Amino acid sequence: MHELSIADSIIKTVLHEIEVKQLPAVKRIVVRIGALSGVVPDALEFGFEALVIDTPLERSRLVIEYLPVRGKCRECGKDFEVENFLFACPHCASGAVDVTQGEELDIAYLDVEDESPPERHAPS
Amino acid sequence: MTGKITLEKKVLSENDRLAAEIRQVLNRNGVAALNLVSSPGSGKTSLLEKTIGALAGELRIGLIAGDVQTDNDAVRLVKAGARMVRPIVTGGACHLDARMVSRVLPELDLENMDLLFVENVGNLVCPSSYDLGEDMKVVVISTTEGDDKPLKYPAMFRRSSVMVINKIDLLGTSDFDMENVKANARSINAGLTIFDVSCRTGEGLESWFAWLRAFVAEKKQGMHGA
Ligand SMILES: Nc1nc2c(ncn2[C@@H]2O[C@H](COP(=O)(O)OP(=O)(O)OP(=O)(O)O)[C@@H](O)[C@H]2O)c(=O)[nH]1
Ligand SMILES: [Mg+2]
Ligand SMILES: [Zn+2]
Repeated sequence: MHELSIADSIIKTVLHEIEVKQLPAVKRIVVRIGALSGVVPDALEFGFEALVIDTPLERSRLVIEYLPVRGKCRECGKDFEVENFLFACPHCASGAVDVTQGEELDIAYLDVEDESPPERHAPS
Repeated sequence: MTGKITLEKKVLSENDRLAAEIRQVLNRNGVAALNLVSSPGSGKTSLLEKTIGALAGELRIGLIAGDVQTDNDAVRLVKAGARMVRPIVTGGACHLDARMVSRVLPELDLENMDLLFVENVGNLVCPSSYDLGEDMKVVVISTTEGDDKPLKYPAMFRRSSVMVINKIDLLGTSDFDMENVKANARSINAGLTIFDVSCRTGEGLESWFAWLRAFVAEKKQGMHGA
């Protein structure tokens, strides 16, 4: 279960980003998780929810885009989805397959409140 | 209304950066580095004991042994005759990461080392995500596990370059099938180099040793060619 430390890295990265760019409240954190990344989405969500308590991200939602494995055949050059982790080309049966998608473990983007926090009315 | 802030950042970018640094240091010193991964108890430490016992006279071998709570494995490896062993007790973490390795690396005499083994924590999931700066991952599987293990942990078998099937002395005591396990592993990674060994009887270890010698020689050559 290293999802907890992955969640921790995500949170730290986003908090750093908020500070550096002076971002308003973050609504959604969109991450991309490939099927070959070794990360289990449910466990990651669980870890995220446990770790954001009492941080500025407490109200942010973690959105996981889960990407299936795709490969490209080195023999015939065709692209295809690798089903059930069977790394063989469905066109020519070659096992020489390069992974083109599925290794991702990326923070893609953040959705933030459009405006900086509403201006306070000066006490009259 | 919301605004979109593009990040496109690898979650493990800090780990990857440190791993790249480690790789550079190892390459500069011409040290061949292997990251050993397996389920708990498949025989990583046993394989290292046998390997050190056989090769310590001809290769200068260093070890980094990761363990969750104890330094037992490191102690076993020192007894086996390794000159330079550094334990990493992860304190509960289920994998080694590049930061842990880079912390102990300065304690190793890399200038006088040919081959560095990193024994990862026994776990086939988490260690697959963390590059440690090694040249290759070696996955150890034993005949007391299911022969469908590669299918259950595809990421690890995909990212490993070598598979050592250990405990072949116990073949026949379960329905573990050598042909099945190899076919399963190759369906995930056609390029795997596979060794069948028993750390108990010594069977099959010679070809593993021969492969290691060639691997180290190649690394040295690469360094001089560069
Ligand atoms: N029969 C048999 N037993 C073996 C063989 N290799 C290792 N063992 C036994 O398997 C057990 C586990 O071996 P280790 O070498 O400690 O395994 P490990 O992968 O280092 O274990 P962890 O570090 O705890 O994950 C020990 O009791 C070994 O004696 C083998 O080839 N045959
Ligand atoms: Mg061990
Ligand atoms: Zn093809």
